[in-house]
Amino acid sequence: MSEERMENQGSEEKIISAEIVVSKVLRIGVLVSGFVILLGLILYLAAGDSGYPADMYPTTLIGILQGTGSLKPAAVILFGLFLLILTPVLRVGITILVFVKAKDYLYVGITSLVFIILIISLLLGKAG
Amino acid sequence: MSMMVIEIFGIAILAGIVGSVLGLGGGIVVTPALTMLFGVDIKHAIGASIISVIATSSGSAIAYIRDRITNLRVGMFLEVATTVGAITGAFIGGLMAPSVLYIIFGVLLMYSAYAMLKKTKQELPQEVPLHPVAARLNLQGEYYDKALQKSVSYNVDRVYSGFGVMYGAGVISGLLGIGSGSFKVMAMDVFMKLPLKVSSATSNFMMGVTGAASAGVYLFRGEINPFYAAPVALGVLIGATVGARIMQRMKSRTIRKIFIPVMAYVAIQMILQGLGIKLL
Repeated sequence: MSEERMENQGSEEKIISAEIVVSKVLRIGVLVSGFVILLGLILYLAAGDSGYPADMYPTTLIGILQGTGSLKPAAVILFGLFLLILTPVLRVGITILVFVKAKDYLYVGITSLVFIILIISLLLGKAG
Repeated sequence: MSMMVIEIFGIAILAGIVGSVLGLGGGIVVTPALTMLFGVDIKHAIGASIISVIATSSGSAIAYIRDRITNLRVGMFLEVATTVGAITGAFIGGLMAPSVLYIIFGVLLMYSAYAMLKKTKQELPQEVPLHPVAARLNLQGEYYDKALQKSVSYNVDRVYSGFGVMYGAGVISGLLGIGSGSFKVMAMDVFMKLPLKVSSATSNFMMGVTGAASAGVYLFRGEINPFYAAPVALGVLIGATVGARIMQRMKSRTIRKIFIPVMAYVAIQMILQGLGIKLL
């Protein structure tokens, strides 16, 4: 009993240190996506032009990436927004690793399930 | 155009603060502000609000996870129900008229405000039993409350009801492009009897994940207009970062007192809008 408890405490400590890692990775993701969106917005306001005909913007991943490559403001913003949309996905991915490290296999399973559903829904969105 | 960008940016900062403190994701401010103040059509307002939900979630989660307010196990367990619900909702969405969405959104919000009204005197949940399923799933937890300046341990009750409400929350999220944070907070606060701060932080954590599940659908359907969404994203990220610090130093009772009128107000506005009555 006491051994089991100590094991639990050890696992909780691993979770705590891992939570700090999740928080740090998340911060990097947020800063990068925020920077890209800001860049696109500044380009747009400076040029006064979205890089596309009025009220048009790319809606496919390839279109967004190509537009970003040629620094078209609308595409750069959408690329940043896409990165922002990925931050929760990233968070779930890292949380799986947190539970692996804590040897909490029930939650490795639950979190992996959430991760798979997320990926499926992102793919469904692309197909639709 | 640039004036409008700045105005949207300012409102988005406010949305980020409100969203991160209350666990509501900020869509609650962004959707009505864009439609009513800027005349943005509901489709693009919803697209921008789903971006605000993700920005609130990720912006506030940096502090909430580091400070251990978020309950990762509760979040991930309930997320199963919510993500499946979100996919259901996103596909039903194209089939319904905007005015119907307004009314559904409004009525549902009104109900959650009423459910919250009964708990205004309580700072922390009292004598909560640990549900056997919650014990098996190891959902109970502990956090340091900066307002009370003490460590608070808590139990988790009524796991099945919470799970059910979360599926509904996911459907609404996918349907309206909002994180339906009010329902997430309600499931955790009213049904599972978690402390309000844990409910709010965990709701914020979850709604980004749920939001991401439908945001992909919206982005590739062209419903996220970059020129509305960019100032929303940036403003909300800033607001949420600030809000996550403010919330921890607030009393739960205070948070609840802000929560109820905000929800009731937006609920009434949305219902009126759905009925074709313009306030602004």
